[in-house]
Amino acid sequence: MGIADGLRQWLDERFGWHEIRAFIEHKTVPLHRYSYWYFLGGMTLFLFVIQVLTGILLLLYYRPSANEAYESVQYIMTQVRFGWLIRSIHSWSANLMVFTAAAHMFSVFFLKSYRKPRELTWLSGMLLLFLVLGFGFSGYLLPWNTLSVFATKVGTDIPGQIPVIGKWIMVFLRGGEDVTGATLTRFFGFHVAVLPGIATLMIGLHLLLVQRFGMSVPPGVEEEWKTKPLEQREMRFFPNFLLRELMAWYVALAVLGGLAALKPWELGTKADLFASAPPGIRPEWYFMFMFQTLRMLPAKVGFIDGELLGVLCFGAAFLVWTLLPFFDPGRPGRLQRLITGIGFFALAYVAVMTMYAYVAK
Amino acid sequence: MCNRFKVLDGIITCSERALHSAARVALHAFVFVFSILLLTVPTLDAQTKNSCLDCHSKLDAPLGIEEEQFSSSIHAQKGMNCTICHGGDPSSDDMERAMSKASGFKGHIERAQIPSLCAKCHSDAAYMRGFDPLLRTDQFSEYQTSMHGKLLAKGDTHVAVCTDCHTMHNIRPPNDPESSVYPVNVAHTCAHCHADENYMKQYKIPINQFALYSTSVHHDALTVRGDLSAPTCSTCHGSHGASPPGVASVQNVCSTCHVFQGQLFNSGPHKDIFSAMGLPGCITCHSNHGIQHPTDAMIGTGKGAVCTNCHTEGDAGYTAAGTMHDELEKLNDAIHTSDEILSRAEKAGMEVGEAKLALAAAQDNLTKARVTIHSVRPEAVDQEIKAGLKVTDSTWQEGLSAMAELKYRREGLLVSIVAIVFVLIALGLFIRRMESGQTGVSKESRQ
Repeated sequence: MGIADGLRQWLDERFGWHEIRAFIEHKTVPLHRYSYWYFLGGMTLFLFVIQVLTGILLLLYYRPSANEAYESVQYIMTQVRFGWLIRSIHSWSANLMVFTAAAHMFSVFFLKSYRKPRELTWLSGMLLLFLVLGFGFSGYLLPWNTLSVFATKVGTDIPGQIPVIGKWIMVFLRGGEDVTGATLTRFFGFHVAVLPGIATLMIGLHLLLVQRFGMSVPPGVEEEWKTKPLEQREMRFFPNFLLRELMAWYVALAVLGGLAALKPWELGTKADLFASAPPGIRPEWYFMFMFQTLRMLPAKVGFIDGELLGVLCFGAAFLVWTLLPFFDPGRPGRLQRLITGIGFFALAYVAVMTMYAYVAK
Repeated sequence: MCNRFKVLDGIITCSERALHSAARVALHAFVFVFSILLLTVPTLDAQTKNSCLDCHSKLDAPLGIEEEQFSSSIHAQKGMNCTICHGGDPSSDDMERAMSKASGFKGHIERAQIPSLCAKCHSDAAYMRGFDPLLRTDQFSEYQTSMHGKLLAKGDTHVAVCTDCHTMHNIRPPNDPESSVYPVNVAHTCAHCHADENYMKQYKIPINQFALYSTSVHHDALTVRGDLSAPTCSTCHGSHGASPPGVASVQNVCSTCHVFQGQLFNSGPHKDIFSAMGLPGCITCHSNHGIQHPTDAMIGTGKGAVCTNCHTEGDAGYTAAGTMHDELEKLNDAIHTSDEILSRAEKAGMEVGEAKLALAAAQDNLTKARVTIHSVRPEAVDQEIKAGLKVTDSTWQEGLSAMAELKYRREGLLVSIVAIVFVLIALGLFIRRMESGQTGVSKESRQ
């Protein structure tokens, strides 16, 4: 008996290797004209893994205090061997991850993959998307540069508008009345401990639910397959689908390397808490549609404060969007067409407002 | 006592209820009337009778006074009216009585009398302290030492008196932007007479000061950059004691702001030589009203250099001027070269913040060297230049390293992309070969 056979037997006796292998061999992915959208989930997971790995490396040098944070990132960028590469990949992959996670959400939405029995898969996915945005928001402050500090001030002011609990949320996020070194320490805690812990659990749950309910087939394709059963096709997950996914990851890696080498993530100037806010304060691109909306709202809409109205509307919209599977009747009809229309409107709104924010400055 | 117990017990008779209602009405009426009185008091005060304005606000110049202008003047703001200067009785509607000699009416005040009239209050320290303990009270005594004051004493009533600069009925404090003596407006106020060819003809003094000042670095700082501490006419000439600074005191005037330049000039050989030659300090090289932003071209022996106005080829000063100019140029070039390479690296995404910060120190050395020029000692200038060049050597090396690192990164990227493309092709071929042998497995039909 060779070493490989011995190891296989050892694993088999303890973990039931044969069952695991049989499961992997029999796992399939539906094959149809929309199958390429299935890659987005795996791509987001791949970028998350990159985030974890590069984040751990950054942790070796990063110092989370208002006096040292900027200098430590500067040290990483200039003195640490390949520090610039690690930091740039961390920042770029964070942005790409937000993009792929959002694209994954919209693909799931338009392919109606959230229908019964996958409501919880959608819910866990939405929570993961919010966690990704939380990662972005908390990580943005960590270099402690002028732009990030003032953007965090603006960003944490927004939940402060919520009646009754708003002030409490703002103070909780900031660790005080204003953005200070205490906010940096707090955001660091969120970014490297709280959010990763919750995200890891949620990813586990999400994958478990995907595994439990399998990949969804779009309603149109499902109908076609009902009428023409011979056209129903599948692809083995391992190795066929996984190798294709691997190719996509390699492409992502090339894109990340290119961005890091040609456009390293800027450090900016160190934040000065006593200086007045510089012009051009803005959040990361994925918050721009909300930022622009709030900026365009008048000071008062009727009797209610404009910004408060905006915050409440966005809160309600995100809640409705998250609970959409429970509104969808699961069969073609007026309500489903309306839900699809809402989806197209939301996508167009986000795209147009984001572009407008950059044009309007 | 008895009633109160009854109320507390909840027992109250009809007559007592009526009494309570009447008391309540009376109280409300009292509060209402008292409030009206309180509101009326300042109004009554503000509407104190001033019959002077009733008539003069309707007249044309020179007797006319704009009521709005007068009411916003500092005197009106402090509760003074026309009588403070003109006497009279503003409480009377009868013109004869209001402007009677018995009421102390002065009417037109002669120009020669104006400074002493103003000084009655403005030189009274005890009186002025009541308005602002920091207010000066030496304006009149200063004025008497000024060229304006001296000529007025000789009977020349064409010279400036208080009202020429401060206006008559619209006098505002100097920190009011609408004041004629607000820093930004001072030069215009002076130019009103000093740029008037006909007016100045009798004094035989130039009239180009304002035109020159308008082109100067000082005017630019004051009006364009909004630096209210930048010099205007009164900063160098004085305001109430306005007089041209003498040859010997020019450098003292300039060095009130340009402290180091003044100290270095005093410590250098030029001071005694200039004194012996009767040349005023700073303005011999920099001019007076039309001072331009100094450039490195001003020092040396080239075109635009002021040193060659006195020094000729072969003398020690000529050589020293050339040496100092070359030194400044050397550091200036080194800073620009370093800045150029660092900016190029920064634009390409390299982090060169520390090097850029260090380069600012070299710029400081250059500034110090430029200031040290006033000592006209090449060895002192060289000391600053050497310190600056040491910094630029280091920043230049950092710029080179950043560019080398950039090249290394791009080469690394190219190698990585080639490797990734190679892996992708290999994977693609592998999948194709694998699936060609897996017909019915990789894309199998369920049936």
